[in-house]
Amino acid sequence: MPAHQPMLDPTTNGLYSGESPLLRTIGLTKRYGDFLANDAIDIDIWPTEIHALLGENGAGKSTLVKAIYGLIQPSAGEIFWKSQPIVLSGPSEARSRGIGMVFQHFSLFDNLTVAENVALGLDGRESFKDMSARLEQVSKTYGLPLDPKREVWQLSVGERQRIEIVRALMQDPQFLILDEPTAVLTPQEADQLFIVLERLKAEGRAILYISHKLEEVKRLCDTATILRGGKKVETCNPRLETAASLARMMVGGEIKQVKAAAGRQTTVPRLVVNDLSLAPAEPHGVRLEHISFELKGGEILGIAGVAGNGQDELFAALSGERLSKDPGTIVIEGLAAGHLSITQRRKLGAAFVPEERLGHGTAPRMKLSENALLTGHAASGMVHHGFIDTAATLKTVDRATETFDVRKAKRDPEAASLSGGNLQKFIVGREILRNPAVLVVSQPTWGVDAGAAAVIRQALLDLATAGAAVLVTSQDLDELAEIADRIAVMFHGHLSAPLATSEATREKLGLLMGGSTLEPKEAAHAVGA
Amino acid sequence: MQLVLEKRAERSNTIALISPLIAIGLTILTMVILFAILGKNPLLALHAYFIAPLTDSYSLQEIAVKATPLVMIAIGLSLCYLANAWNIGAEGQFLIGAVAGSWIAVKTQGTDAGVWVLPVMLVLAAAAGALYALIPAICKVKFGASEILTSLMLVYVADLFLDYLVRGPWRDPHGFNFPTTAEFDPVATVPLLIEGGRLHLGSIIALLVVAAVAILLGRTIKGFEIRVVGAAPRAARFGGFNSNQLIILTFAVSGALAGVAGIIEVAGPIGHLQPGISPGYGFTAIIVAFLGRLNPLGILIAGLFLALTFIGGEQAQIAMKIPLDVTKVFQGILLFYVLACDSLILYRFKLVFPNRQVARGAG
Repeated sequence: MPAHQPMLDPTTNGLYSGESPLLRTIGLTKRYGDFLANDAIDIDIWPTEIHALLGENGAGKSTLVKAIYGLIQPSAGEIFWKSQPIVLSGPSEARSRGIGMVFQHFSLFDNLTVAENVALGLDGRESFKDMSARLEQVSKTYGLPLDPKREVWQLSVGERQRIEIVRALMQDPQFLILDEPTAVLTPQEADQLFIVLERLKAEGRAILYISHKLEEVKRLCDTATILRGGKKVETCNPRLETAASLARMMVGGEIKQVKAAAGRQTTVPRLVVNDLSLAPAEPHGVRLEHISFELKGGEILGIAGVAGNGQDELFAALSGERLSKDPGTIVIEGLAAGHLSITQRRKLGAAFVPEERLGHGTAPRMKLSENALLTGHAASGMVHHGFIDTAATLKTVDRATETFDVRKAKRDPEAASLSGGNLQKFIVGREILRNPAVLVVSQPTWGVDAGAAAVIRQALLDLATAGAAVLVTSQDLDELAEIADRIAVMFHGHLSAPLATSEATREKLGLLMGGSTLEPKEAAHAVGA
Repeated sequence: MQLVLEKRAERSNTIALISPLIAIGLTILTMVILFAILGKNPLLALHAYFIAPLTDSYSLQEIAVKATPLVMIAIGLSLCYLANAWNIGAEGQFLIGAVAGSWIAVKTQGTDAGVWVLPVMLVLAAAAGALYALIPAICKVKFGASEILTSLMLVYVADLFLDYLVRGPWRDPHGFNFPTTAEFDPVATVPLLIEGGRLHLGSIIALLVVAAVAILLGRTIKGFEIRVVGAAPRAARFGGFNSNQLIILTFAVSGALAGVAGIIEVAGPIGHLQPGISPGYGFTAIIVAFLGRLNPLGILIAGLFLALTFIGGEQAQIAMKIPLDVTKVFQGILLFYVLACDSLILYRFKLVFPNRQVARGAG
């Protein structure tokens, strides 16, 4: 029998307030083949605590929370819930015990209403009417406004997240896991979320908060557990640490600082977009509305914005995966290119790096040399009279490996066998080695470890220094602040006028990301910049 | 303890090579059981199936003759399947090729036409097979119709069309009302390679096709295009490759190859057009394509192996009274095992010991 009996406190609505942790793992281990995703992890979660789980991609954060939420069975180790050892058969058992989770990727049906989506995610047997009433009540209580009758496709990403949070709260969880909840929010939306989380904490609940945004963790969390390479490195009070010291623990060393060359010269416009409008290709896609900007050689333009505001559609239009009827809407190196295929645009000197590494940027089950050929066949001397020059494709692999420090098990492995960071370095390297005049890159360091992210950002800066025009779409405002000269924001298919990075405060960008327009004075200033 | 399938980090090339062999082994094991149930001596049956045909020159030639259409059709199909275009109607394209080529043979019958007849027959058969294959391909690209269904249904159209011709307009007037054309003239016949033997020029053509497609897939950008479109459609589009164009192209090529195989069969071993010119070559070729790992050399070997089962099946019927349909059972079981074993390329079996006892021990 456990040492402490769980105690029920009538004042906190039956919430656990024992003197031992609400949830404790001892030696939790998860093995996939020869790979240890979690190596003997001990973690204690107390009631009335916001506990950060920090770590780079691949550090084992997801594996740990999946084990706690019953999605996977640990290979070894124990989980104690209110001092009782438990073996979770699945997420529904976790939910019935009072463990809730909000995933980073939403599981919502676009064509169903908010209430229908919530009903599908609940295990209970209450009537739809009762459930809808409770939904409204919970959303009102916690300041998470939702209209139960609206269909999901009409909602913003922030609203969709609210559905997931309300759905989790309707189970009255004592312990709530949130996986990178602010990744898809504007700074202002994130602030609102923090108020909700503080309130849940005050009610005596525990929260496990997965993030890699260190400032956010310092501000919000009482405790932080840092994972690295599947092992627990440290549990500390993040408020007593600096962002740099937390980063050191995450990465296990110093991160190389990205340096921009002083006095970068801008030259002629190399990528110009004139009043580009494009209907969406998919039913609930975003319509591009009158997008215009000019990008000179030697310049990096950042495009910020919450995901799903037309960034993917803009990438497809710029790359030529979708064609525009009017050739003049997109001008590459002075030539109207709106009607040209992606291959023809590459021949004009453009290069592209999409957000999805596997399946879009590369064919996962093909070798790196073949993936070099994928984008290099048009203009890199890899094909002679229809025949492939295998030596040339391998040379590209070797050069990318050397220049961008791509780590791999053999000379020419399949793309899917590389880690996210190494594959991204290869993809970016593959394009940069072609000496592009224009590089359009989407989420360059998404899901990439800090070391690889630094290499990639430096490569983009160096490319601009060498005279190329670089367009970077990113949800990471810190990244854009680090490398971009100007930042524009996408919202509902519109692109704001770019702000000089020095002027683009988080507050201004946040307002633009939420659809507000800046004061006339500031907008005028922005156009001048 | 339980057995689970676990994804491999990288595809296993070893398994990719031996998976067809495992499949053949499992098929033979199943057949042994089946023969035993039928009350036949399994060892004798296996001997009749797999050893006896390899022991005399006539049977060996016959294997090559049977393998010729299988390999040619399967090579074409492999291009479709690599590009994720599912042509199931090679049987129909085979028949239409045979019909189109026969048209010249029938029209020039007894006219002292020159040596141009056979080449023209081959070209016409290729064109007709390609056009016939383009029907499902264009329906797929333009209207999104499932090419699996449309190509399959067109098999029966072709079959009935051939049937109509040999019973109606093209029937041999001196043929005692049998549904067949007259025997083709020598200039309309595929020459034999060995005087008095069975082996004909078609086998050489099949070998050339194997070599050409091996070069296409391994060395050229077009071959790369076909492989990428099938393996990663979105990446292929990012690479600038148009999957619709490739559906059209691969269907046309595979239709042309099936059509040529059809006319070679009619103008070669058979010598005239009649119903039932194919014992299901177009369908068996699907097995050949997958057993050969969609690889030209593999298809050559697989084609010879499947041809062996046809010849062995005939021998087993003569020698042991085993029904000829057992050959089809064999081929079906083989395809089943091939597809099952292929999952081992990307996955592996693993014994899992649940950790229940750990938790229980602590509790």
